[in-house]
Amino acid sequence: MAAAPQSADSNKGGGLIGWIDQRFPLTKMWKEQVAEYYAPKNFNFWYYFGSLALLILVNQLVTGIFLTMNYKPSSAEAFSSVEYIMRDVDWGWLIRYLHSTGASAFFIVIYLHMFRALLYGSARKPRELVWIFGCLIFLLLMAEAFMGYVLPWGNMSYWGAQVIVSLFSSLPVIGGSLVEWIRGDYYIADATLNRFFALHVAALPLALIFLVIAHLMALHEVGSNNPDGIEIHDHRDEKGRPLDGIPFHPYYTVKDIMGVAGFLLLFCGVIFFAPTFGGLFLESPNFEPANPLQTPPHIAPVWYFTPFYAMLRAVPSFAGTQVWGVLVMGAAIVVLFFVPWLDRAPVRSIRYRGPIYKVMLAVFVAAFICLAVCGLKPPAGIYPTLAKVCTILYFAFFLLMPWYTKLDSVKPVPERVTGHV
Amino acid sequence: MYKNWLLITIALLSAGTAAADEEGGIALLSSGANIKNTESLQRGARNFMNYCSGCHSLKYLRYNRMAADLKIPESELAGNLMFTSNKTFDTVNSAMPKDAEGWFGKQPPDLSLMARERGVDYIYSFLKGFYVDKTRPWGVNNLYLPGAAMPHVLAEKQGLQKPVFKNEPDEHGSARMVLVGVDAMTPGALKPEEYDQFVRDIANFLDYAGEPVKAKRQSLGVFVTLFLLVFFVFTYLLKKDYWKDVH
Amino acid sequence: MNDQVDHSRRRLLTAATVGTGAIGVAFAAVPFLASWQPSARAKALGAPVEVDASKLEAGQMLKVVWRGQPVFVVRRAKSIVDQLSGHDTMLLDPASDDSSQPDYIKSSGAARARNPEYWVGLAVCTHLGCSPLGAFDANNAFQVAGVDLGQNWPGGFYCPCHGSKYDISGRVFKSMPAPKNLAVPPYAFAGEARIVIGVDDAPKV
Repeated sequence: MAAAPQSADSNKGGGLIGWIDQRFPLTKMWKEQVAEYYAPKNFNFWYYFGSLALLILVNQLVTGIFLTMNYKPSSAEAFSSVEYIMRDVDWGWLIRYLHSTGASAFFIVIYLHMFRALLYGSARKPRELVWIFGCLIFLLLMAEAFMGYVLPWGNMSYWGAQVIVSLFSSLPVIGGSLVEWIRGDYYIADATLNRFFALHVAALPLALIFLVIAHLMALHEVGSNNPDGIEIHDHRDEKGRPLDGIPFHPYYTVKDIMGVAGFLLLFCGVIFFAPTFGGLFLESPNFEPANPLQTPPHIAPVWYFTPFYAMLRAVPSFAGTQVWGVLVMGAAIVVLFFVPWLDRAPVRSIRYRGPIYKVMLAVFVAAFICLAVCGLKPPAGIYPTLAKVCTILYFAFFLLMPWYTKLDSVKPVPERVTGHV
Repeated sequence: MYKNWLLITIALLSAGTAAADEEGGIALLSSGANIKNTESLQRGARNFMNYCSGCHSLKYLRYNRMAADLKIPESELAGNLMFTSNKTFDTVNSAMPKDAEGWFGKQPPDLSLMARERGVDYIYSFLKGFYVDKTRPWGVNNLYLPGAAMPHVLAEKQGLQKPVFKNEPDEHGSARMVLVGVDAMTPGALKPEEYDQFVRDIANFLDYAGEPVKAKRQSLGVFVTLFLLVFFVFTYLLKKDYWKDVH
Repeated sequence: MNDQVDHSRRRLLTAATVGTGAIGVAFAAVPFLASWQPSARAKALGAPVEVDASKLEAGQMLKVVWRGQPVFVVRRAKSIVDQLSGHDTMLLDPASDDSSQPDYIKSSGAARARNPEYWVGLAVCTHLGCSPLGAFDANNAFQVAGVDLGQNWPGGFYCPCHGSKYDISGRVFKSMPAPKNLAVPPYAFAGEARIVIGVDDAPKV
């Protein structure tokens, strides 16, 4: 028997792991991506949300699969099947609440995760692709959440779908046919529900998983940013390891597990004591089956969409068409993709920027939260005007960025990272 | 670092309270219902079965589940609480035929999820909110559901109420009588506090029916929270220990 | 890196964390695994079935469905019941050692029934699951669809799919495709001819 080539394998350990390593880059990947991936040592509070987002993704996948085992995706049976899960399936209620609370938790974590990037310039060169993959994840996540909300086929599911899908009818020329094509019928019907189920359960999760892998690969290719916005790889020791870096394992595995424990305390607090969260996570009108003849008195999308919904409503119709609101709402998401090129400051981190950026960012956050509140309220009183003002402020943050980031003062950026937990 | 948690929590809470629904119109009465009060739930079950289940089903609630949760022995169930089935694993269906729209103008809705949809206070208020209205088919209207198609099933117990109007001129200054409440008109078989308790029990029972697992969910939550606190303490200490290495 | 790592403290804390975490994961796994158990609706649909066999005459049979499977209820004449022990040499498993039935059925011997006048059993051939036909007349060789059941046919069941034969207590003959006697579900009498299939005890009505 000819001897197998030994030279390349001589570094691999023995035993089962060694056998695997000769055939699959197990230890290699573990070392490169975890045990010897050097991350900046000064990660702070804002750096928990990436790993939390991954945890929540796994939660949604697992609880989602188990829900699919009992859920029936037909307009006749969907609503009953959800109540069946809540009452007749052993522990079904917990799986359902894990999934519904997980959806809202996903958006809280993602918004905070994106905010971190705005704080520390994590979207900037060379991390533009990390940011772009992230924006794609955000976009698909919104589609996933929208379709997921239709599945219980409650009255808000139905009318929310009706309103959002109808938006596309305002697009010129193609609008009407497009909407019929999306619905698969002349109104939101069983066909619509069934295809949303297929997309929500199979297509979008697959796409999301691929995008998350791409997002992490792009990150690991250039290395993580940090609160000081400096490149830790600029200063290395004699072995080539960054002086301000620490191996992800054990330091960040241990820290992230603590983050998970803290998160689970809040997450389980909601699930066990307030799963509807005052009607924000599970909306009251959705406890009534879909009724094409009766709109809920107060249609609002789930809270995580309300900022964009408020923008949609804020834009009046011009030249006899409502399409402008749709375009503005779309632009609000598209503009995110351009952040790496809009930001022209000579420094990355807010710590070394001047007051203009700090004010603009604070105003942006306030405007976003305000838009969320406006979107939840009926369009009466001060809310319509407030929504218009906040929409302008939202876009100002991005569209004026090339100028105010250049105008802003800067503080001297340190060579090495400052302070850490 | 904790400042960040605090800021986020404050931001979310204020946004949440700002966003919390305020119903226009007449304020709901506070029911005082407590799902941990098993006797109240048992009375509520009895009241519901005797006065409501003739028209309203609870199609997602099974008799045997109700018996187990409310600690009603199965012998009592069959004799006193089951009118449309003799199988304890069946759901609480109503004898009302599916085409009752012709009788009432509207099919009496299933009430399994009414408490989750409108709230326990709404149910309590609704049952206390009937008043005489000669223009309605059954001679009554409801303060909390104007134009309600339901007759006042419990009129014998509550007695009758009359509407109370107030003059609230509209924006042009013209006089406009607005319905603001109800007043007792003729007494019923029960004293007001007794009637309140009667309907409180029903509202409480429907709150239970909306989510039978609620009490168990909350007690399990205490255990889970304590467990996670212990886990958090360990992870915190472990993190602190490893990070002593890092300067 | 700090050289003065207290390794024993670190090991202890790691063990505490991993241990608590593992317990947590185990607790978290329970709801998911438990959700596969028959739900309340399955239990409702799989509930015991009551059968009124009072109209059956000797040699007649009725079939009901219990938990998705057909169940025979056969009324047997006394003469047939008395001869049940007479053909053990023809049977593969006359004492029902190898087949599926409640203890109280096995201990009833050749009758394989709580009340020998009625035989209750699953109408599912133990070969590949077809539904056997009744052929209850003893010594009537050709009573089922022209098939020769043999001169010594004691009366019983015949499965048309692959020819398995059972006696009138559902016990399989030797050299048949079927390996075991017909299974008997739990059942109880709630009256002289009221049988409740699916429970071991039933209150007498």
